Amino acid sequence: MKNRKVYVKVLVQFDEEGNVLPMNITWEDGRKYEIDKVTDIRRACAFKVGGTAIRYTVRINGKITYLFEDEGRWFVESRS
Amino acid sequence: MDRVIIHSDMNSCYASIECSLNPELRGKAVAVGGSTEDRHGIILAKSEEAKKCGVKTGEVIWQAKQKCPDLIIIPPHFEQYMKYSSLAHDIYSRYTDKIEPMGLDEVWCDISGSIKAFGGAKKICDEIREAFKNELGLTVSIGLSYNKIFAKLGSDLAGRDEVFEISRENYKEKVHPLPVRVLFGIGPKTGDKLNSYGINTVGQLAACSSEWLRLIFGVLGEDMWQKANGLDFSRVMSDGQKIPIKSIGHGITCTADLVDSNEVWKVMLSLSQNVSKRLREAHLEATAVQIAVKDNQLVTRQFQGSTPYVTQSAGEIAKTALDLFQKNYLWNYDVRSVTVTAINLQSENSPVQLELTGDYKRHEKQKILDDTVMELRQRFGEKAIFNCCLMTETKMPEHKEKVPLPFMRYR
Repeated sequence: MKNRKVYVKVLVQFDEEGNVLPMNITWEDGRKYEIDKVTDIRRACAFKVGGTAIRYTVRINGKITYLFEDEGRWFVESRS
Repeated sequence: MDRVIIHSDMNSCYASIECSLNPELRGKAVAVGGSTEDRHGIILAKSEEAKKCGVKTGEVIWQAKQKCPDLIIIPPHFEQYMKYSSLAHDIYSRYTDKIEPMGLDEVWCDISGSIKAFGGAKKICDEIREAFKNELGLTVSIGLSYNKIFAKLGSDLAGRDEVFEISRENYKEKVHPLPVRVLFGIGPKTGDKLNSYGINTVGQLAACSSEWLRLIFGVLGEDMWQKANGLDFSRVMSDGQKIPIKSIGHGITCTADLVDSNEVWKVMLSLSQNVSKRLREAHLEATAVQIAVKDNQLVTRQFQGSTPYVTQSAGEIAKTALDLFQKNYLWNYDVRSVTVTAINLQSENSPVQLELTGDYKRHEKQKILDDTVMELRQRFGEKAIFNCCLMTETKMPEHKEKVPLPFMRYR
């Protein structure tokens, strides 16, 4: 199993302050996942796939995962 | 109260960034190397594993490969290094606005005013180290001291991801037994000269009379004595403070050796156009030109001379450069690389002392022509108009990364 960077389509909401909140993710095969909650936002290294980005710790279907935003593009760390 | 200065140095910067970008490279012997096709085939940076194999920065790639056959050579990605350098700056700016960069990977920070707010100097250093690891996937060596020279020395002495403190109390014990060359600003030649007088360690340098050092080495002698005694009072530049531009230069390594003056002229003209553009952007004019010529034996010679007029003109800079070259270069070997630098700069609005014999009409005409060419390029692109001779083969590499390197130390 190899880690790979998967760029995904993300629906985001901007609040009055201009803060960005991801709402849902569309996976590369078209499946859509709703984000229940964003629990943390910080700059972090994507250790599994490389690079640095703004890391959103999100809860999807009760599972905690990371969503990264780098210069306007969103990606997740995937194992395949 | 003593100042609290840190010097932070990103470990194996370029190679570490490449490993951070591509986790498959982690733990392997990796080196960032210039393009062999463009004859920049040297090692720019290497990972810790490559270092263990004996790979050295600056050596040619084939030599490095001989030492380490599994060495992975990665082409440089300067835009990424700039990005990481900027993100590193963001980390330092959480603690101070007095941040003075030296290159892309090193900075001095004056954190004197932040000690109480953040719970101590050591804590700030540890937080910076952690932030680098977590946010950028990189490590830094940090020197902590009460002046810039010892802070820099501290980061040299610190291991990977470590902090090394040199205080007023311990500097004699930690710094004085070290060879004089470890002090920032003492190069190989000065080091050899000091050694020839029997001054081998920093402690021996500190024990010398400053008057005697001044007599032998001039102003530098006193400067060295102060550094050795921990009396460096140079300030850390405030964030955003601009260092006055002293020179603007551009150089390239040609794709093949230049074999006659005509080929050198084409390269100088092309380089001068870049210099001229940057002079205009900075609203500066040159009163002299410096050229550096490296032959195919890798020996570099530098020559300087005045321009006929205070100028921004690419043509006048190039002509002065060629004139210097023709008067001074002996053509024992063909030319590998050329650098043209505009020096002795002054503001473009400075008053100029005219000479009775000067052909100012011609100079003014040239200026109007240059302005027009610049305007055309601005409107229609860099290649909208250029000198006819540059349409033929120039032996210049097609693409060159632009890497602005802030490197000067503020005093």
